[in-house]
Amino acid sequence: MIFLKLILTNLSRHRVRTGISIAGIAFSVAAMLTVVTILQGAVAMFSGLLSDNSQIVVFEKDVSDLFFSSVPASAVAQIRSWSMVEHANPVLFGVVSSTDHPIITCFGVTPTDARLNNAQWVAGRRKDFGAVKDGVILGQRAADFLKAKLDEQVVIGYQKFPVIGIVKLKNGFEDGGVFMPLPLAQQFFHKQDSSSVITVKLKSTSDAAAFKQKVAEQFPTLIALRNQEFDHSYSQFKILKATAWAVGICGLLLGGLGVANTMIMSVFTRIREIAVLRVNGFSNGQIAGMIFGESGIVSLIGAVAGLAIGGLVIVGLKMIPALHGYIDSHMQPWVMAAVVALALLTGVAGALYPAIYAMRVRAVEALRFE
Amino acid sequence: MSKVFLDEPSPRSVVRAENVWKSYEQDAIRVLNGVNFEAAAGQTVALCGPSGCGKSTLLHLLGGLDTPTAGSIYVNDVKLEPGRSTLQLLRHQIGFVFQLHHLIPGLTLEENCLIPAVAAGTPRNEARKRMLQLTERTGIAHRLKQPIQKLSGGERQRTTLCRALMNQPEILLADEPTGSLDERTSAQIFELLLELVETEKITLIMATHDRSLAERCHRLVEMRGGQVVDARAPQAAVQQEGS
Repeated sequence: MIFLKLILTNLSRHRVRTGISIAGIAFSVAAMLTVVTILQGAVAMFSGLLSDNSQIVVFEKDVSDLFFSSVPASAVAQIRSWSMVEHANPVLFGVVSSTDHPIITCFGVTPTDARLNNAQWVAGRRKDFGAVKDGVILGQRAADFLKAKLDEQVVIGYQKFPVIGIVKLKNGFEDGGVFMPLPLAQQFFHKQDSSSVITVKLKSTSDAAAFKQKVAEQFPTLIALRNQEFDHSYSQFKILKATAWAVGICGLLLGGLGVANTMIMSVFTRIREIAVLRVNGFSNGQIAGMIFGESGIVSLIGAVAGLAIGGLVIVGLKMIPALHGYIDSHMQPWVMAAVVALALLTGVAGALYPAIYAMRVRAVEALRFE
Repeated sequence: MSKVFLDEPSPRSVVRAENVWKSYEQDAIRVLNGVNFEAAAGQTVALCGPSGCGKSTLLHLLGGLDTPTAGSIYVNDVKLEPGRSTLQLLRHQIGFVFQLHHLIPGLTLEENCLIPAVAAGTPRNEARKRMLQLTERTGIAHRLKQPIQKLSGGERQRTTLCRALMNQPEILLADEPTGSLDERTSAQIFELLLELVETEKITLIMATHDRSLAERCHRLVEMRGGQVVDARAPQAAVQQEGS
């Protein structure tokens, strides 16, 4: 109890300094949590594009980005013919920009695509997709930012298209996207007779290994991955996740430097007090425990405050109309645990030098110091 | 209190310095020059001498706070070595009182007294019982919950005494324990100190400039230039000065 009070007393003695350290950790944690959560959400959304009513995705082997993947139409036809396959849908991804919107994602899909089947129709009719020449369907958010209405013409890239439907989709990428019939998309993006991926649903999931083997044998330039495998191996996801954690860890390191600074000041300003504790029998371990205890409390309070701030920031971002659908406000427990653990680790690391310094305080010299 | 003089049968030695040298900055500053010193169980010993003669340094060496450049220190015939033995010494055998109280601000009187018990891992009830006993005897039991900022100089030094005696040490090392107090309070604290060391059967080694306090100890050790120049019973010293 007295040991704990020794720790708390010192923190409360320099409240402003302690507060600044806590704020440093809190903002670092909030930044890390926000960046990681947003990117995790984005990755989840993108992988959701592929896993909609399917278990396997087939794409060009060794391609760095799915936008550059090219799967021939012949492969689609052949895969559809395999007895183990329930359905195989080709999807062509394309990106265009307009003056106000640097990125508009386009999806070239077949009329039977699961995304359109599962969408909530705001305007237009499902059966017109593919039947009306050059007709496109807009996600509701895309319709908002393109200021497009049903039966109007909308400018996508260098061309105008009639809007034959507006749908509301849960996935932010899809809700902010443009759906084109696959042949139209192939023509528009100059990718005749090819798609970016094939999403495949098997009759039995136990056939997944056999399916992958068969793809490898029959299409040497293609690769088939289960959705979970794709999430872990797709290089873009890896880069995004690594970037998120790197940015977050940099933030935490800055917070850690704040803690280190506070702890160094804390030790320097009470060298005599530490000497007194030594004279009264405190061991190196007890002295270090006191310093680590202080940094641990600062980091823990900072981490909890950071979780709260990060949560508020994510909810706030989600409420911004332009970001609607792109922000997944669900903070994964393991992300929260990892962020708190990193904050504590940073705090402990920040207290390492001050603790070593405190352990080396020579009582006899410190007590002479007035 | 009864006095133990040098011509009486020598009681067991609890602390001993043998040919102790202490220098700083690669021998540029010599503080102790071959000091031989011994204190017996239950004795009160005053270290006297001008400022800079090495009184405090000798106390620090005897208490294991510093290591001699040459020579040896023994406590209960065990040679002091840096490390764990020093830690055990500070926890269980030695108590320190300084001129300045060196109490921890932010903690109460009670909590300051209990610090050595926390360090030694003494069970809470046992430590509290001892703390209550000591604060009763030193007359500060009614101020237990007071933060030290609200205590008078005398109360602070009484608190320091309680803290030093918390783990029932065999040896109390006091460096000018009344040096920062007014004359009246100084006398009170010294009386209390003598009473406590007698009832607790502690060896007191005290560095002081105050001759009147030194005269009341069993032995008076005179130091000059880092050496012990005289060590005798105070009465004998007085007689020698008169002859």
